[in-house]
Amino acid sequence: MNGAGLRRFGLGLIPWIGAILLWYAVRWSGFVNVSLIPAPHQVAAKFFELLTKEGLLIDIFASTRRVFLGVALGILVAVPVGFLLGWYRPARTFADPMINFFRALPPIALIPLVIVYFGVDELAKLVILFYASFFSGVIVMYEGVSQITPLYIRVAQTLGANQAEIFRKVIIPLTVPHILTALRVALGVAWATLVASELIAAQRGLGAMIQNASTYFLLDVIYVGIICIGLIALIMDLILRKITARLLVWQDRAIA
Amino acid sequence: MKKRAQFDKVSLSFETPKGRLNVVEDVSYDINDGDFIAVIGPSGCGKTTMMSMLAGFQKPTTGKVLFDGRPVAGPGPERGVIFQEYGVFPWLTVKQNIAFGLTLNANHVPTAERDAICDHYLGLMGLSDFANSYPKHLSGGMRQRLAIARAYAVKPQFLLMDEPFGALDAQSRSNMQNLLLKVLETEGKTVMLITHSVEEAIYLASRIVVVTARPARIKEIIDVPFAYPRDESIQERPEFAELRSHIRQLVMDEYRAQQAQMRPVSFSE
Ligand SMILES: Nc1ncnc2c1ncn2[C@@H]1O[C@H](COP(=O)(O)OP(=O)(O)OP(=O)(O)O)[C@@H](O)[C@H]1O
Ligand SMILES: [Mg+2]
Repeated sequence: MNGAGLRRFGLGLIPWIGAILLWYAVRWSGFVNVSLIPAPHQVAAKFFELLTKEGLLIDIFASTRRVFLGVALGILVAVPVGFLLGWYRPARTFADPMINFFRALPPIALIPLVIVYFGVDELAKLVILFYASFFSGVIVMYEGVSQITPLYIRVAQTLGANQAEIFRKVIIPLTVPHILTALRVALGVAWATLVASELIAAQRGLGAMIQNASTYFLLDVIYVGIICIGLIALIMDLILRKITARLLVWQDRAIA
Repeated sequence: MKKRAQFDKVSLSFETPKGRLNVVEDVSYDINDGDFIAVIGPSGCGKTTMMSMLAGFQKPTTGKVLFDGRPVAGPGPERGVIFQEYGVFPWLTVKQNIAFGLTLNANHVPTAERDAICDHYLGLMGLSDFANSYPKHLSGGMRQRLAIARAYAVKPQFLLMDEPFGALDAQSRSNMQNLLLKVLETEGKTVMLITHSVEEAIYLASRIVVVTARPARIKEIIDVPFAYPRDESIQERPEFAELRSHIRQLVMDEYRAQQAQMRPVSFSE
């Protein structure tokens, strides 16, 4: 790592250290019952215990896989649908209220129905995550695509491009940024929906772990679960951001 | 003289939230093979709209726009366009931008020749050092030169140029003007050029169409009496100065008319 990278890393660390200090401060301030807030070091100890003895990695894997599949399938469908809605204005006027209707429904509210129609197995959890990813992704896609200016298409036409060439050489490059944004948004929403999806009779998974812990009032386990979800979501987002920066070097951004 | 393009009693109006906006009104003129038409008129009067009917992006509300005797149905590579907004592709490097048209099926450029053509235009436009840069790193003038290079590279027989040199400094501007004259001399093109510069219009064009404030009507069509090939010395000729003051007067009148339309309350007087 070079000097500038090291500095950025250091700067990025500061808010985390601040958060941990604040955590200790709240605990020691006396305003809150100490038994209600496990200390950071206790949570860290619990983390290692879960990791070595309780198979935390299995939970992490189960959840990550669900999120990954849900987002992948959701975006796979959201990209063409969002593209068509963004491209054809009448389609959009037609579908816009519908999409906003379904998007507004909290996935938790759908759980009973999902159980009725899809059972209580892996499929049901996937359906919830798919739902959440699809509706957040499709909106980003069609908002983005509807903002593509006709100028570049016109330029390509005057240079002699046919429909297929315009699609391949102009529309796809202009759509890639929106696909990546949709992916990032969907990933965030999917992690946020994970706990709800694992309400459905999940044996393993971070959401399941949190729920089981809450029945026994194991606060430190809940903290470990929450922090794991946040950290994995953060790491995935960082990876996606790196990929985005690679693919979109051409974009004129204020922040590199 | 073979007619390439014809405007035949062309009018165009836009439906806007505030009602009908007449932008082009009863315009008729022909562009013959080998003509160089310059269109000049106040900002916002409808020049770009007029050109985009010939480019194939707008349909006249009434009247006909013909190209090679047929009504214009859409854009095509035989009518190269340099857009006022440049439209360089931001996701392609400078060289890839120039190569874009060469890679299209319609232009039949063998793969082996593409590189040489790109390098040729990179050199002509002074962009060689930036061949592999993305447009975000280019200045406005460089982007404009890139748009020109990209359009020239596919060698259209008919060039529609919308203020193609507007963002350039005086030196590159006259450079580009001379380059255009040279390209025309060797490749024999027909050109429609929109400009705000009276000198540019006289120096380059064989005919100048002066249009009125919006809606654009023909105010006067002026034949430029200088033969091609031209060089900068014609700008010293007395006829040049006469023509310049005549056209300036026409443009100024229209500019005033437009100001009067836009601002009923006059601050001077
Ligand atoms: N698609 C459109 N819908 C509604 N109004 C339009 C549209 N396109 C252009 N106009 C209006 O038509 C008028 C003429 O526009 P145009 O771009 O042709 O002007 P111009 O002569 O090229 O001006 P400039 O010299 O500033 O480029 C303007 O008032 C503009 O607002
Ligand atoms: Mg214009």
